[in-house]
Amino acid sequence: MAYSEKVMDHFANPRNVGEMPDADGIGEVGNPKCGDIMKMYIKVKDDTITDVSFKTFGCGAAIATSSMATELVKGKSITDALTLTNKAVMEALDGLPPVKVHCSVLAEQAIKAALSDYYKRQGIDPEPIVGTIPECEECSFEEG
Amino acid sequence: MSRFVYADNAATTKLSANAFEAMKPYLTEYYGNPSSLYHIGVETRKAVDNARADVAKALNASKPNEIYFTSGGSESDNWAIKGAAELGAKKGRKHIISSKFEHHAVLHTLEYLEKHGYEVTLLEVHEDGLVRPEELEAAIREDTALVTIMFANNEIGTIQPIKELAAIAHKHGVLFHTDAVQAVGTVPVDIQDLGVDLLSLSSHKFHGPKGVGALYIKKGIRLPALIHGGAQERGIRAGTENIAGVVGMAAALKESTEHIPERNPRLEKIRDKLIDGLLTIDRSRINGDRKSRLPGNINMCFQGIEGESLLLMLDMQGVEASSGSACTSGSLDPSHVLLSIGLPHEIAHGSLRLTFSDDNTEEDVDYILEVLPPIIERLRSMSPLWEKIIKENNENI
Repeated sequence: MAYSEKVMDHFANPRNVGEMPDADGIGEVGNPKCGDIMKMYIKVKDDTITDVSFKTFGCGAAIATSSMATELVKGKSITDALTLTNKAVMEALDGLPPVKVHCSVLAEQAIKAALSDYYKRQGIDPEPIVGTIPECEECSFEEG
Repeated sequence: MSRFVYADNAATTKLSANAFEAMKPYLTEYYGNPSSLYHIGVETRKAVDNARADVAKALNASKPNEIYFTSGGSESDNWAIKGAAELGAKKGRKHIISSKFEHHAVLHTLEYLEKHGYEVTLLEVHEDGLVRPEELEAAIREDTALVTIMFANNEIGTIQPIKELAAIAHKHGVLFHTDAVQAVGTVPVDIQDLGVDLLSLSSHKFHGPKGVGALYIKKGIRLPALIHGGAQERGIRAGTENIAGVVGMAAALKESTEHIPERNPRLEKIRDKLIDGLLTIDRSRINGDRKSRLPGNINMCFQGIEGESLLLMLDMQGVEASSGSACTSGSLDPSHVLLSIGLPHEIAHGSLRLTFSDDNTEEDVDYILEVLPPIIERLRSMSPLWEKIIKENNENI
């Protein structure tokens, strides 16, 4: 399986890694059973994402898409950040192998989860704005 | 200091220089068909016969014509199992016993047979990755046609008590096949001593060329033809012989078998040094029994990290390894082998397999022990799962 140079760059030198103690919104998606968890932290000022960081447990693509997603929303207005798609993350990374597309979906959802948390903390119901973040279909394991 | 360490010899091995030299004439001047009567055909016939005799000798088979050349381990497994199943069905026996952590060449063949009216029992392999002989005996039924248990596991390297298992099958009049792909050339394999009826092997696992292997079929077992056509392989596996392939395989097998007494104690020593060194990493574990284990196999799990990112970072440091995480298996589940020994998904995702051959040295081990711990530390520092593991543990304390 071959990753693009950009994926390898963001994997080897991930941008915006780490916890953010004074975050205004924190979102976490994925689960350990599936092998990937993404946690995004955002700092918001005047409706703008002034800072963003992430922590990810997962494969190379999971780390690279997390890193790229943070780059794509940093400095953006929260309404712009809401329009981030997994496709945009993939394109910015010069594509992903087909089996890794779900990582970009997870990255989009992680940003949305952080924004939802931000709205909640502001006393605003996030659902009409952000929508619901679906459970990862591929990861619906049967417990047993 | 940077170094290149190939530590994925269970996946495939480097072609031996001797095997390559032995193959050359059959890729150039001796291109004759072994079924032809003229000079260059006679030469290739001799080469195929000699290769068969050498393979039989290395495995202590009683006769060279018990060795049937195939395209590799998967073909041998398919042939042995489907053939034995067909033989069983003729006597009304349509039950097969195997184990939960066989190679997919075995498991998927068994799934195919299940769709065609066979019943399959998969034995537990327990936390140590070993089949229990008494559990095999208990699983044997009146209608059992075949027992197929792998000699050594390809991921965790555990070695089964094949002689004992074969004896149990025979006590009940049941055929016994072993997928010995990871064992042949690596540990001593004496077919007559083991008493197996069918045994699969693959050339590229012991420094032979790829695309060639063999199936041992004990004299007297009339396995149905796999490929219908000409008279090659006593008419049951037709097709012009892969002459250079079988010559290379025979040369490599001879060489790797001869090296066993010198190589294995050395590999066991460096393997144990690496395992002990890696076990000093917090929340790490070794998978599979430590004693009944291939001399070059190391399979560990490191909690809180995912195998593929570990492999990519190791590759950046020149270490080539493999993992049983879902992301490296191309499916959503981690390796069936790691699940079969009872590991939860989240731990199985963080697995690392390092497999050594003749070419590996203690310097390789020292280098891995130098580069691996910082990689794990780095991945854990960015892992929300690790954060949780540590937090939960702290709360418990």
